Amino acid sequence: MEFAVDVRGVSRRYGRRWALAEVSLAVPTGAVAMIAGSNGSGKSTLLRILATAIRPDLGDALVGGFSVKKEREDVRRLTALLSHYSYLYEALNARENLSLFGDPNAVLARVGLAARAEDPISSYSAGMRKRLSFARVLLQQPKVVLLDEPYGQLDPEGFRLVDEVVSELRGKATIVMATHQVERVGKFADVKFELAQGRLR
Amino acid sequence: MLRKELLLQWRTRAQFMAVFVFGAASLLLFSFAIGPNSVALRTFSAGFLWLGLLLSSTLTLSESFHAEMENRALEGLLLIPTSPQAIYYAKTIANWLQLALLGIALVPVMVVLYDAGPQSIGRLLLVILLGSAGLSAPGTLYAGMTAQLRAKQTLLPLLFFPLIVPALLASVKATSLAVLGDPMDQGRSWITLLSAFVAIYWSLCGLLFGRVIEE
Repeated sequence: MEFAVDVRGVSRRYGRRWALAEVSLAVPTGAVAMIAGSNGSGKSTLLRILATAIRPDLGDALVGGFSVKKEREDVRRLTALLSHYSYLYEALNARENLSLFGDPNAVLARVGLAARAEDPISSYSAGMRKRLSFARVLLQQPKVVLLDEPYGQLDPEGFRLVDEVVSELRGKATIVMATHQVERVGKFADVKFELAQGRLR
Repeated sequence: MLRKELLLQWRTRAQFMAVFVFGAASLLLFSFAIGPNSVALRTFSAGFLWLGLLLSSTLTLSESFHAEMENRALEGLLLIPTSPQAIYYAKTIANWLQLALLGIALVPVMVVLYDAGPQSIGRLLLVILLGSAGLSAPGTLYAGMTAQLRAKQTLLPLLFFPLIVPALLASVKATSLAVLGDPMDQGRSWITLLSAFVAIYWSLCGLLFGRVIEE
């Protein structure tokens, strides 16, 4: 079996606290993986390592066969991260923000923000920001999609949007999703992991 | 990238006015230090113009990374991936334009407060363009380096000022000759020296930027 994500003994600490401790897991290519765990269990840290936003202190992870430590540019070409941070410029409008990543028209309509495309981000609600961040991820057309709590701050319509997009991407891309929506995601996830205090349970 | 930088600067243009007022106020305070001695005022006008611009530059340079850090937008760009050099040079060019505009806007203030009408306006503009380019390249690098630190407002000038002393010196000398007159054409050699520093800053800082912003 071919693995799009192969985490090998990854550890990461912030100061003296180990956020991740010797985590090893693998996600088959094209699969939907769910990473569950309570707040502070290391889910976001793991996704940020896989996206090369931060480096592991110990161990390594391969994404699409590329090392997150040594081949960061190659990993970045394959991945897109929906993070806790919106990665948006407050002074720019939605269209201008997305233009940095590609042609925004189709994805703006897809996430239901076409009518507000010219409004500055500073006027957006938290849910709208989440939708726009989601649009950025879609625009990048990644082979490995890293979604950190994608349902957070969304309304029921937004929940359906995430489900639809994940369903559309299934098979075309590998999806790694860190979430508290265990029951919802558990229904369609191909592989499931649980983190507790930085360790795989 | 450059379009994004210029858009961000345009949307925060009110801040430019505030920095201009700060620069003009600095020139006014320096003129009080000299007193009503018109010869001394004219002699030191170039130095004070560049001091005013230098102090103002720490505000604009530091602020240029505020938008990048607000929602970690810079991290988002790096993860696309975007070349750190593209990010750096877009931001440096935008900062350069802003500092050059600020320098040009401060010239009439200098003329009025120090009775320092330039002998060669063309050369003065050239020196302002080159000198602001000399400030913007290392300034953008250090602003990026300190952007995530709590003590960024203190650290930026501490790191930035010592590095730009050579370019500042050449800028002051060349400006002084453009204001007071240059019968021996010494200004040309100062401008050449300034251009050399600018070339070094722009190439070295561009190379280093990727290392200072990545974890």
